Amino acid sequence: MAIDTQRRDVGAAIRAALKPRPQPKPAGTVSAVLTFGWRALLKIKHMPEQLFDVVVTPIMFTVLFTYLFGGALAGSTDAYLQYLLPGILVQSVVFTSVYSGLTLNTDISKGIYDRFRSMPVWSLSPVLGTMAGDVVRYTVSSLIVFAIGFLMGYEAATGILGIVAVILLLDLFAAGLSFIFTTLALLVRTPSTVMTLGWMVLMPLTFASNVFVDPATMPAWLQTVVAWNPVALLVTAARGLLDGTGSAALVAGSLVAPLVVTAVFGPVTMALYRRER
Amino acid sequence: MIAGASTPAVETVGLRKTFGAKHAVDGIDLSIRRGSIFGLLGPNGAGKTTTVRLLATLLKPTAGTARVLGHDVAREPEAVRRRVSLTGQFASVDEDLTGRENLVLIARLLGHGGRDARARADELLAAFDLDDAAAKQVRTYSGGMRRRLDIAASLVTTPDLLFLDEPTTGLDPRSRNQVWEIVRLLVDNGTTVLLTTQYLEEADQLAERIAVIDHGRVIAEGTSATLKASVGTGVLHVRLADPADREAARALLAAELGGPIHLDADPAALTATVPDPARAAAAIAATGAAGIRVTDFSLGQPSLDEVFFALTGHPAEPSPDDESAAATAAGRS
Repeated sequence: MAIDTQRRDVGAAIRAALKPRPQPKPAGTVSAVLTFGWRALLKIKHMPEQLFDVVVTPIMFTVLFTYLFGGALAGSTDAYLQYLLPGILVQSVVFTSVYSGLTLNTDISKGIYDRFRSMPVWSLSPVLGTMAGDVVRYTVSSLIVFAIGFLMGYEAATGILGIVAVILLLDLFAAGLSFIFTTLALLVRTPSTVMTLGWMVLMPLTFASNVFVDPATMPAWLQTVVAWNPVALLVTAARGLLDGTGSAALVAGSLVAPLVVTAVFGPVTMALYRRER
Repeated sequence: MIAGASTPAVETVGLRKTFGAKHAVDGIDLSIRRGSIFGLLGPNGAGKTTTVRLLATLLKPTAGTARVLGHDVAREPEAVRRRVSLTGQFASVDEDLTGRENLVLIARLLGHGGRDARARADELLAAFDLDDAAAKQVRTYSGGMRRRLDIAASLVTTPDLLFLDEPTTGLDPRSRNQVWEIVRLLVDNGTTVLLTTQYLEEADQLAERIAVIDHGRVIAEGTSATLKASVGTGVLHVRLADPADREAARALLAAELGGPIHLDADPAALTATVPDPARAAAAIAATGAAGIRVTDFSLGQPSLDEVFFALTGHPAEPSPDDESAAATAAGRS
């Protein structure tokens, strides 16, 4: 008897939940992108460890390079940390942008994307929303690197304004760069391939640069490479913003590469995402 | 209800989808009455999922036409998407989020404001008996809970047509019954349901009409009664105390039931197609009278295999590459 009554109640609750009611208009483009951005933030909230995976390497580099090579490279560990930290910031944020591609690759192979694609919202909003959420990831990884730097004795000459400006610059750069990795994510089968290919692109870019050492002692050909390396341009702009030697021209120069990447790989990402799966 | 309530919920003519050289859907004609439950029955790789994905506008037909609620899926996908919901074969909910966050996400995408979206999520969680798990990540849910959440997510705004792709595959009997109950309530409410299944029993329990598909084609279509009439009402499984009696039992059952008797791999077991349940009872009584001891017998519905055997003359062989795997490969390569 009791069970029977309960059964009927469940039926009634479902029936009540299904009652026709005025249905709102589906979310517009901006609101759909923001909603997917919120989803990305929830994922960071539920899996904060993902964020730490990405900053472990830069933190290790900061500690190792500062105390091992700092004295030899810059005369003192303190002086070297002042030089190194902006470079490490760039390195960690740039590697985090590979992670955007990686999460998209794992995410997209799941059934939930079928649901999104069968809903009456702009078909690209899941991808753009995820990328928007990733900006928070970039910001958090910058903050972690800054925190480690301050613990080790780093000082930003331009203070809080310089720090905020650098974080914004890095966010813009990484958001643009991430289109390369979202393209990769949509082309290859497994997340680990995205990671491997990402590292293959980024390792030479971060080492053949001014992240770790002043290029003045490098061979001439390598100095030319560094002069054109987008990562090096970003490091120069970031250093400038933090030590007060920056200029609008340096910042603008560092943003050319992400703009070009967005113009080329943005549409490619969109086209690949729209492809049938 | 625009576009006339008299047009079928789904109408396809010569619907075809090829992935490379593979004909996943090879000319399917369907007509599904509004407010009914329609079952697509077939083994893995038969083309069920591809058909659903075509109708839900996730894939574009290679040839043929499909109209869903009066709208052409290729020309008016937006109009279709506004009025259908899809519960895919693989969990179409986000495992990293909580049950509540999943429903709020869908509600916001469908245009509910923040407070309204949360209220709707809570209402559905309570109705589907998920309120206790609302704040837990979906990855911790049991199969049955996940399915209920998946279906709830499809009902945030009540769809005119719901696609359920193998809704009970892998569920325990209790969860399966819950899903069936929900589907029945939905249809009482006026929603049309297209479900795919590998189980004849499921199609029989729920569907008004059933299409049996194999290799991307409809090989039989009709009510469950007409389908079963072409297969036999049921199957009698008998297990003997002594395997040595099997030959005698076979002869006796063949005489009583008048049909072919299948000798199972189990040396003490036999299976017979039964035209009429009343004769099965008589046949069991006759074995007892003849001194053959029966330890076990059951009268069941024909399995998908038996339906296939009766309709096609060959057993239902799942193709080595599962259809969804083939679809993924085609999209990614």
